[in-house]
Amino acid sequence: MDFFNTIGLNHYLVISAILFGLGLFAIVTRKNAIVVLMGVELILNAANINLLAFSKYNGGMEGVMFGLFVIVLAAAEAAIALAIVINIYKTFNTVDVSSIDSLKE
Amino acid sequence: MYELPSGTEIQAVITTLKSSAAYYLPEIYLSALFLVLILVDLIFRPKKHHLLSITSLAGLAGSLWFIWQQHTMTGQEIFFGMYVIDEFAIFFKYFFVLSGILTVFLSMSSDELNNRASGVGEYYVLVIGMVIGMVMMASSTDLVMIFVSMELVSFSAYVLTGYLKRERRSTEASLKYLVYGAVSSGLMIYGFSILYGLTGETNISEISTVLIARGHDPVTLMIASIMILTGIGYKVGAVPFHFWSPDVYEGAPIPVTALLSVASKAAGFALLIRFFYVAVPHGSETGAFTPGSEWLMLLMILSVASMIYGNVVALWQKNVKRLLAYSSIAHAGYILLGIIVMDELGTQATLFYMLSYLFMNFGAFLVAVIIANKTGSENIEDYRGLGRRMPLTGAAMTVFLISLVGLPPTVGFIGKLMIFSALLAKGSVFVWLALIGILTSVISLYYYMLIPLNMYLRESKQPLPDTIKTGLLPRLVTACLMLLTLYFGIFFTPLSDFAHFAVTVFGNQLY
Repeated sequence: MDFFNTIGLNHYLVISAILFGLGLFAIVTRKNAIVVLMGVELILNAANINLLAFSKYNGGMEGVMFGLFVIVLAAAEAAIALAIVINIYKTFNTVDVSSIDSLKE
Repeated sequence: MYELPSGTEIQAVITTLKSSAAYYLPEIYLSALFLVLILVDLIFRPKKHHLLSITSLAGLAGSLWFIWQQHTMTGQEIFFGMYVIDEFAIFFKYFFVLSGILTVFLSMSSDELNNRASGVGEYYVLVIGMVIGMVMMASSTDLVMIFVSMELVSFSAYVLTGYLKRERRSTEASLKYLVYGAVSSGLMIYGFSILYGLTGETNISEISTVLIARGHDPVTLMIASIMILTGIGYKVGAVPFHFWSPDVYEGAPIPVTALLSVASKAAGFALLIRFFYVAVPHGSETGAFTPGSEWLMLLMILSVASMIYGNVVALWQKNVKRLLAYSSIAHAGYILLGIIVMDELGTQATLFYMLSYLFMNFGAFLVAVIIANKTGSENIEDYRGLGRRMPLTGAAMTVFLISLVGLPPTVGFIGKLMIFSALLAKGSVFVWLALIGILTSVISLYYYMLIPLNMYLRESKQPLPDTIKTGLLPRLVTACLMLLTLYFGIFFTPLSDFAHFAVTVFGNQLY
């Protein structure tokens, strides 16, 4: 029962692994470009949880700093991604990744 | 949990930052150039691209002086071990600035960019941004810095790829690049977080020290390293992380394709060399711990798959940019061969090969730009009969393609020779790799030579004028690149000395 009474490093890692798996699942199965990018955000946040948990249990500050950088870059990435998706919608009238395939062999 | 630092500690930090900034001048200068270009665009609103392109050319050329100053500063770790100045980094600084300059030349010659309805305002700014990012990628020694610089390169590249926003294929290419790039950088950052958890350090040489001293679970390290390899492999475009590259290369504006295929790839390799030579412990000096062999196995698989896949699939390509995309996958395989050797000779060969790839690939893309300006097409079929009508361009294309195959007397031949001899110098273990390399080069002869075949021996279906005029600047740059490709094919000592100089001091003294 100890696992349920005290929260340790493993709890964080399990949550992070679940988030990572969900993110990967969204990327692989979803066709909507926005949802794919949401999956990427899940992966980045899974990494963030990892970094913060390790930082807490290692006692160093590097993980917290790293997490801050990941948050900032994820925001920047979202801005660029949405701009590109808007442009895709204007050109193709859809954001369905599988139907945007004019470039082929 | 964390205490506030005292006044003297803050003073010490500020002093370190100040002294480090003196070693960071090229990057500061390039960042200033980045801002100046934005201001020039906003203030003068240039109708023509010339003001912006000439400013960026002058600026990039000026940064060479700052890099030259750094020759006396090597072996320095600055910003608390975040960043390093060594000969290896200086080599790549020259490399990226040079490729930035060539990209600006290509962009100046490219009609598809210059005829863009809303101008080329941010274009050169983004190119400079990418150059800064790549310079930082080659010099970073800390996971945070590696991540930040890699994302700087990626973000600029996403926007540059979709720069022709009215064109379907450019837009589509940018979406594909974005999705693959975001996923692989996400995987890489997850790998970094595991690596940080294993060691509690973010500096790559300290990671290596801790991994050796404390021992670790090899499976966890392998998972983390494969995830990191996904991020780097995506940058270098090696099989099986190559899916984006043919579509993106075809859709992006040609100068951007050239920059992606040469510079961004080289930045990936610089990172690969630095990361896997330093961070992941390898070799037999630790005795009990030898994941080095597993590593080599993984890289060997990537390399062989890239060489075979790239060269075979290129055989039935009809579009020149797509053909060069598959050829660049194959070249990633050849460059990986040099990294697998993992000694001074191998790294020297790798760096030399990248230099030769710079000349020949930028040359080939420049010719593609010139021909696309005149015919509006990138299909090999439309190259028919152009050799006689554009004598210099045709001859130059032939030279670049011969160099890409790796035949004498070109710089590509010396590059392949150095890689294969570095492999063979390691003894008989790598003979089979060298054999695969040579055999796939023979395959590549066929598809590269289709282009000169169409240019010289086949007549075009629709009537063409007797001579096709091209601008002075593209002709001048093509001629220069052609002469350099030939010149360094015969007198290759300066280049190979330069590559050798780059491996002499390497961060924490590898060899």
